[in-house]
Amino acid sequence: MTGVVWNRRLLVAALAGSAADLAGLALIASAAWLITRAAQQPELAALSVAIVAVRAFATSRGVFRYAERLSGHDVALRAQAATRERLYDALIPAGPLPHRGADLLSRMVDDTDAVQDLLVRCLLPAVAALVTGVTAVVVAAFLLPLAAVVLAGGLAVAGVLLPAATAALARRWTARLAPARADLAARTADLVHGSADLAAYGATGRALGAAAAADDRLAGLERGQARVNATALAAGVLVQGLTVVIVVAVAKALDAGSIATAVLALVSLVSFEPVLPLAAAGERLTGVLAAVRRLREIEATPPAVPALAEPLPRPEGPLTVVVEDLVVRHGDRPALGGVSLTLTPGRRVAVVGPSGAGKSTLLSALMRTVDIVSGTITVNGVDLRRISADDARAMMTGLTQDPYVFQTTFRDNLRLAGPHAGEEDLERAVREARLDAFADRAGWDVQLGEDGRTLSGGQIQRLALARALLYDPPVLLLDEPAEALDETTADALTGDLLDATRGRTTLLVTHRLRGLEEVDEIVVLEDGLVVQRGTHAELLAEGGYYRELWDAENMIRDT
Amino acid sequence: MHRDLVRLLPRRHLAVCLGAAVVAGLLVLVQAELLAGVLSGRFAVGVLGWLAVVIAARGALGWIQGVAAGATASGVKSELRHRLLRRFQGMSPAETRSGELVTLTGRGLDALDPYLTGYLPSIAVAAVVPVAVIVRLFAADLTTALIVLVTVPLIPIFGALVGMTTKAVTERQWAALARLGGHFLDVVRGLPTLRAFGRARYQATVIHDVAGQHRSATMRTLRVAFLSSLVLELIASLSLALVAVPVGLRLLSGSLDLTTALLVLLLAPEAYLPLRAMGTRFHAAMEGVTAADQAFALLEGAEPAVSRPGVVTERVPEIRLEGVTVRYPGRDDPALIDVSLTIGPGERVALVGESGAGKSTLLHVLLGFVTPSEGRVLVGGVDLATLDLERWRRRLAFVPQRPHLFATSVAGNISLDGAASPEEIRAAAVAAQADVFVTDLPEGYDTVIGERGADLSAGQRQRLALARAFCRPEAGLLLLDEPTARLDGRSEAAVISATRHLAEGRTAVIVAHRPAMIALADRVIRVDDGVIK
Repeated sequence: MTGVVWNRRLLVAALAGSAADLAGLALIASAAWLITRAAQQPELAALSVAIVAVRAFATSRGVFRYAERLSGHDVALRAQAATRERLYDALIPAGPLPHRGADLLSRMVDDTDAVQDLLVRCLLPAVAALVTGVTAVVVAAFLLPLAAVVLAGGLAVAGVLLPAATAALARRWTARLAPARADLAARTADLVHGSADLAAYGATGRALGAAAAADDRLAGLERGQARVNATALAAGVLVQGLTVVIVVAVAKALDAGSIATAVLALVSLVSFEPVLPLAAAGERLTGVLAAVRRLREIEATPPAVPALAEPLPRPEGPLTVVVEDLVVRHGDRPALGGVSLTLTPGRRVAVVGPSGAGKSTLLSALMRTVDIVSGTITVNGVDLRRISADDARAMMTGLTQDPYVFQTTFRDNLRLAGPHAGEEDLERAVREARLDAFADRAGWDVQLGEDGRTLSGGQIQRLALARALLYDPPVLLLDEPAEALDETTADALTGDLLDATRGRTTLLVTHRLRGLEEVDEIVVLEDGLVVQRGTHAELLAEGGYYRELWDAENMIRDT
Repeated sequence: MHRDLVRLLPRRHLAVCLGAAVVAGLLVLVQAELLAGVLSGRFAVGVLGWLAVVIAARGALGWIQGVAAGATASGVKSELRHRLLRRFQGMSPAETRSGELVTLTGRGLDALDPYLTGYLPSIAVAAVVPVAVIVRLFAADLTTALIVLVTVPLIPIFGALVGMTTKAVTERQWAALARLGGHFLDVVRGLPTLRAFGRARYQATVIHDVAGQHRSATMRTLRVAFLSSLVLELIASLSLALVAVPVGLRLLSGSLDLTTALLVLLLAPEAYLPLRAMGTRFHAAMEGVTAADQAFALLEGAEPAVSRPGVVTERVPEIRLEGVTVRYPGRDDPALIDVSLTIGPGERVALVGESGAGKSTLLHVLLGFVTPSEGRVLVGGVDLATLDLERWRRRLAFVPQRPHLFATSVAGNISLDGAASPEEIRAAAVAAQADVFVTDLPEGYDTVIGERGADLSAGQRQRLALARAFCRPEAGLLLLDEPTARLDGRSEAAVISATRHLAEGRTAVIVAHRPAMIALADRVIRVDDGVIK
């Protein structure tokens, strides 16, 4: 249904654009006819139709152009919105995206703009050019068939061959320019991010030289590309001019008469006006199609966890989660190699271990954002794989890695975890996450900026904790809540969250050991395997990784 | 026009570009002259040959213009880029605008292209061609010339007028469009968070609604904003009607000849065209001006380096800090407060304390990255502030907290200045326990690593950075910033044994967290909130 409406709008935009160009063509043709006919000094009445036509076409051209620009923008905005919606829908089921960098995400969003260009800068102009060109050839055919053949040839060269050539060349040049750009970007990033290393090792000059060389290479390629584009432009001018010259020569040779000759010449000249910009459109088309292809690829990427045809209802009441022999892979690299774990209602379990040990992967498996290779996760005896991913996350969620701060108010940033929560629920969550001082000071309606620039690292983690507490899932997952915080803040946050989670079924992933004497069980992961498990006291007594880490932590604090 | 930018323009390329554009514009007059003559029968058919020559010349000039414009643009961008890159040299690692610099130096400067290759030539053409057309029309037919003379100024006047009235509205709308894109990006980036709280699907309807509301608001604005282009379009095409109809009537009465009439018909549109072309390029050009402004703002404040003659003679000198206080610009609390400390030749010192206490700053003071705001540092009795830093740093081996791996080969990453032989590089890698994994890489020491290259673990990166330090056998002072941070137990053991080896016969200042690393030191110094204990 929407597709039909959308196509109709596209048609209106194309018609308006064609009408504007046709009016321009008709304006010049009728003016040429008017003048050459007047030179033959007929009765005034013989000119009246032409006079009216000239005025009518002059007025309508502007009006049609106005209609074209309005309808074109409307269609383009609709197309962009539809593309973004489709892309977003494709992203909703967890795919490989969480691992993509922020730059890639920005580029993906930029790609959705390309669809606008496809319509406004490529498709609509091409349709208008085609209609105008065909009309010009038909008019010429009535006046002098041979001239029509010449004009058709010229238009075909300018409207088909040239754009095809620029598109092909743009592909070639992009293939050479893209690596050169990437090289320059890498050299620049090296200079900036490695400035300390370079200065310390006296290598700044050398790195500057490498960057300058990369820039020279890129500049050389850009000059080459400018030459190619200039050639296409010049070729357009030549084809237009020479077509007119040949048309006039043919008309003169065949004695077509002064009126027909003048009309033919001016129609030929003007019919190229919508056609010549197609060469630039051809160049743009290459980039647009690449963007569209990238979007299609993202949309075609299967979700990390397959959708279920008939998911089981999610278990109710207090939940017991049993993880048995869980194996998860990241690509071809094993991330978890057979991990077992039991979470019973009200119990708090901590998972510790060095970075890359598989701690976060375990949480991802519980939240169904990565798939299980072998082993099982059951919730009250029901296989998690038989429950929809959305339901799995409704049961087990909380503070995830890299919590995101949206560009909206503090209240809305919190409320996304509890859209139907009352004021007192919000206040309690904020109080439990010890964010009430911030809320009082900054206000609930303070705008949080890009990347939560107005929040400190500790405040972002506390906001994430408040969200988790507000959502209040049956099983609370906390992924490195003290990550990237300084020691004092980390200690305070850990203390607060251990207070707030008392009596809740909780799985806490952390690399800091302080405060873990309060949890019921600690599981030590290394290289995707459980190497130790027990209470804080047991693990300290046992020695090994946990004891080592504990000693190290204390050493730094107390020396 | 942008004054700073114009000063940068390569004069010759720019002159060729503008000259070609103007001459090509003027050739349109000649083309109209010849075509009108042939069509009216005043000129013989053979003149079509000359017409072809003129067209060929226009094509050639267009080519020259395009090539020269490309050379102008790439020249300006290169010059700006080189200046921006040189700007990095004077930056301390603490400087905060690095992200901005990287973006601007990359795609940011490309925004200059429409300004330099489109807008500048169009200004030149708009300044010359309409005048030439009107002069020619005056010679041919006074009435037409007057009509064109009166209506042509309407284009810039109406353009400016309509632009002024709708500018605020249009800009608001484009800003709203950018915000819409920002909103979408925001939602996509926050998708993992939305997913965690079951709000991902709900946001799809928000995206739909926001886009819909935005579109209706935009279209309301555009309906008014596009009236401006409607007016300009109408002025141009109605002027043509205004010229053509009276010309036809005067032909009828015999008071005008056909050649002049055709010439007028062909020339009149050429008076309006350049002005409208300039107008359409204006918007894109302004983005380039913004980019140029950013670049010049960043280039401001670059200080010329002062040459410093001081030299240290001992290989392993004594280091003495006297009342050193360090303040970073824009921060209230000093990073180091009144630090006095003597480190004897060959002594191994471990700096411990919480993150942010000032340990790294202490290393940066010794490296000359930061200058103490109070107090002084004496190296072998010579004030660090008078030392030739290049030569002083050659005596240091430094492993930063997060060593940067460069987009080059493993060998190039170990010997950053390219001075070491392959044997020396390999020996350094062996000493840093890096040789083991380097030889496993697909191309050994020639494997390209860094951002786009082979993936190395944190421990492997750290060992490569240590190899960098080993590759400076002449260094007398070793500065290590948490070399075992983010390493697992096995990598840590390897790095510690390598460090012990490296510290032999040298002074070493090591920022340390792990007990095994601290155990390497002769003396442990605790740094708390910028104060040593």
